Amino acid sequence: MSFESFADFLAMGKHGLYVWTAYGISLAVLALNVALPILARRRYLQDEARRLRRESKQ
Amino acid sequence: MNWTWFHKLGSPKWFYDISGRWLPWLSVAAALLLAVGTVWGLAFAPPDYQQGNSFRIIYIHVPAAILAQSCYIMLAVAGVVGLVWKMKLADVALQCAAPIGAWMTFVALLTGAVWGKPTWGAWWVWDARLTAMLILLFLYFGVIALGQSISNRDSAAKACAVLAIVGVVNIPIIKYSVDWWNTLHQPATFKVTEKPAMPAEMWVPLLIMVIGFYCFFAVVLLLRMRLEVLKRESRASWVKAEVERSL
Amino acid sequence: MSNVFTQLFTREARLLCRRPAELLNPLVFFGIVVALFPLAVGPESKLLETLSPGLVWVAALLAVLLSLDGLFRSDFEDGSLEQWVLSPHPLPLLVLAKVLAHWLFSGLALVLLAPLLALMLGLPARCVPVLLLSLLLGTPILSLLGAVGAALTVGLKRGGLLLALLILPLYIPVLILGSGALQAALQGLAATGHLLWLASLTALAVTLTPFAIAAGLTISVGE
Repeated sequence: MSFESFADFLAMGKHGLYVWTAYGISLAVLALNVALPILARRRYLQDEARRLRRESKQ
Repeated sequence: MNWTWFHKLGSPKWFYDISGRWLPWLSVAAALLLAVGTVWGLAFAPPDYQQGNSFRIIYIHVPAAILAQSCYIMLAVAGVVGLVWKMKLADVALQCAAPIGAWMTFVALLTGAVWGKPTWGAWWVWDARLTAMLILLFLYFGVIALGQSISNRDSAAKACAVLAIVGVVNIPIIKYSVDWWNTLHQPATFKVTEKPAMPAEMWVPLLIMVIGFYCFFAVVLLLRMRLEVLKRESRASWVKAEVERSL
Repeated sequence: MSNVFTQLFTREARLLCRRPAELLNPLVFFGIVVALFPLAVGPESKLLETLSPGLVWVAALLAVLLSLDGLFRSDFEDGSLEQWVLSPHPLPLLVLAKVLAHWLFSGLALVLLAPLLALMLGLPARCVPVLLLSLLLGTPILSLLGAVGAALTVGLKRGGLLLALLILPLYIPVLILGSGALQAALQGLAATGHLLWLASLTALAVTLTPFAIAAGLTISVGE
């Protein structure tokens, strides 16, 4: 552990703002990259299921 | 050598099944590696003697940059496979990987800019590496834009493949010319790279993060490709069974 | 085979001569863009002199790009591209003839116009040989690389902007080497290194890009 306390860890020396912005934005981008295909897949499966049901009724 | 696995890749159903089996393992590996690497890099690695704690941005900046560059090479490899062996799955891989690569380039540029502020005193410096990454982002945009503007799916994939191959031939030329431009036009005042070699406590988490980013890339690529395969094969009976199973 | 090459070359040359407006437009564009810069950055001759290598090269690059937008369009629309693709002659060779003819008329005119505009920007006359040489070596690369993009986008309705998006990043090495040569000449240094690099890139482009252009045309025609 290279920090004395949790507050020290948050402060990151004087560079807390930069480190946490970089990590925060990267985390958001990574999460977005995972979430988009998963959401798109769910929507697609729902649409397809609806289409299949409609076609089987006819 | 046995090449049947390669030809099996031509079958969408086989790919869908096998990727479904790999996906959980890859996701767990990616999550674990990224978590371990982040905690290690943020909390346990010693601070840099020159840059203090701002150097911790390296643990996302460098993996993202490495991934962004190798992703473009992957685009070209997929393009060659798609053009030479007419493998549809390679077309899918090419078009699904391009947006991920662009996002990674964006992450590398953004973290580079944030890192540049405390280190160089400016958000953006026309440093050779930063400029080369910016050009890489434009190359990705080109592939994505071309793929979206051609309505025929197969021609779009082939056109993107040609563009990616042309781009990959150009990347070394661009890289060297940008390096040269930088040394000629402005003397390099700052260089992040010319530090004494890193101690192990610093580079081990970096290595973990790099492998973690590759696993993450594989997970997202498989997610995107599986959806695209489902869409393309929507008339096949196994896709209908898959749709019904998901309800 | 070389017979086909010369035949196609003369056909293209004749076609280009019949539409002088299309040849003139990129030149006028080149002149206007160069004229825009002093208006934007101010008339100080010292500043313009230091900027002139970059300005001339950026303007030339954009003019070449503009002239390439319609390179294959009329051939695509009247169906002659299909005949090219189907013909027994190697497509890369035919494409090379076409691009060469296009460069001889539009690119070369650009090279000849450049010294005038550069002198207007305040580039010293001793740099003119380097300017000519760098453009002479660089514009063929611009034409060939641009033709790859033109081939890929020929079937699209609004290909012009997309062409720029695809091709401009690939132009960067030429821009760096060309304006670098001129910059070196301006500072009284030797520009041979830059020019040799440009020459090797030209050789590379002449040998490799015809295949990429041919592949692009085959895809666009097959759509």
